[in-house]
Amino acid sequence: MLGTLPSEAEIWDWLSEVEDPEIPVISVVDLGIVREVRWEGDTLVVAVTPTYSGCPAVAVINFAIESHLQEKGVENIRLERRLSPPWTTQWLSDEGREKLREYGIAPPIEGTGTPDQRAQRVARLEGRSSLDVACPRCGSLHTERVSQFGSTPCKAAWRCRDCLEPFDYFKCI
Amino acid sequence: MPSLPDMNATNVEELALRAAEQQHHDPHVQNVDLKPAFFDWLCRMGDNALIAGHRLSEWCGKGPALEEDIALANTALDLIGHAQLWLGLAAEVEDEGRDADKLAYLRDAMRFRNVQLLELPRGDIGETLMREFLFDAWHHAMLSRLTESTSPRVAEIAAKALKEVHYHLERSSDLVIRLGDGSEESHRRMGAALALYWPYTGELFESDGVDKAVIAEGIAPDPEDLRAAWDETVGEVLREATLEVPEAKGHVHTGGRSGRHTEHLGFLLAEMQFLQRAYPGASW
Repeated sequence: MLGTLPSEAEIWDWLSEVEDPEIPVISVVDLGIVREVRWEGDTLVVAVTPTYSGCPAVAVINFAIESHLQEKGVENIRLERRLSPPWTTQWLSDEGREKLREYGIAPPIEGTGTPDQRAQRVARLEGRSSLDVACPRCGSLHTERVSQFGSTPCKAAWRCRDCLEPFDYFKCI
Repeated sequence: MPSLPDMNATNVEELALRAAEQQHHDPHVQNVDLKPAFFDWLCRMGDNALIAGHRLSEWCGKGPALEEDIALANTALDLIGHAQLWLGLAAEVEDEGRDADKLAYLRDAMRFRNVQLLELPRGDIGETLMREFLFDAWHHAMLSRLTESTSPRVAEIAAKALKEVHYHLERSSDLVIRLGDGSEESHRRMGAALALYWPYTGELFESDGVDKAVIAEGIAPDPEDLRAAWDETVGEVLREATLEVPEAKGHVHTGGRSGRHTEHLGFLLAEMQFLQRAYPGASW
């Protein structure tokens, strides 16, 4: 039991130690899914937003947050699901983006989340991509999309045409 | 003695957040008069997502290519996630102690409210993609309108789901075009798939007393108002796919939205609900 309630800043620091279960190099804070931390009496309320509606990692993330805070001595914790505003890749911190790249996942390129559908489709069907996604391994822009859907809901499958490595691209939403 | 709110609180940001939360309160959820219709309407949204998601999940491990297998499973996952949100809200509105899982796993076929289109067997990959496309085009139009719902709870689910459905529609459109405008065989099969599903699409635009009640409250749009957007998307993609757009008029298979289903739903539920039927309340 903690003598006095830890400050919200302290809680945020602790939360930045909780890793994302799918991408263990970034924290839940880097990912931008912790939306609010507040005390209600002696109960700590943590509002978490899902990345994708069906993301199977949500339960694991909630468990990780709760158990880490308990380890730090917080006894009463309530996790709140917050849907609005919906999560966007724009909330990924700059630090998180850099960590993703180092880990081998190309970070999202903003401004492409809701493109002009028709123009995008023509480009896709002609095998062109409107995105210049740099290969996280060799930095080449000579890359291509293999599939809009990848190993987890938040990623797309890409391939580098120079170093020939397949890689994940964290797609915009 | 209850303490008065602290008027000298300096944390302005926190106060603003609290105020925003208060606004989030949704009067429709507690509206007793609206309850039966709102509940039914939410089940329609949830069951559409659940049944569509389940049919797509049947491809897991059986997709025609690894990338397609992954895409189908991811799309199924999104839809089942939407079903959880809609049915979760339905259970809250109903206020009878049920939750999303109970609604999904412990209702029988006649209590399901999905359109018949979505319960038909998955067929071959061309049929699966054609059906998904016809639904995605409607789903995208519906969710776009629902983001303006007078119910904040409905609007927030729609806003979340819409981002994902954008990717669904993009993928199913691309593949309908690729297969329709593909080989002679793929073109023939996509044409047959379109002919098979077309008579089931009319149900997406029907309305009854349930719809009228939620339309009157500004919760949902009139399904008929979605037709123009659907026609445009479907027409454009089918033309690019070199497939002929069928005549709009004709027989419409209908009834799913009020619990009258084809024989296929029972078989689907027998599989989907097996565990909770055999071991009620099982969890892990």
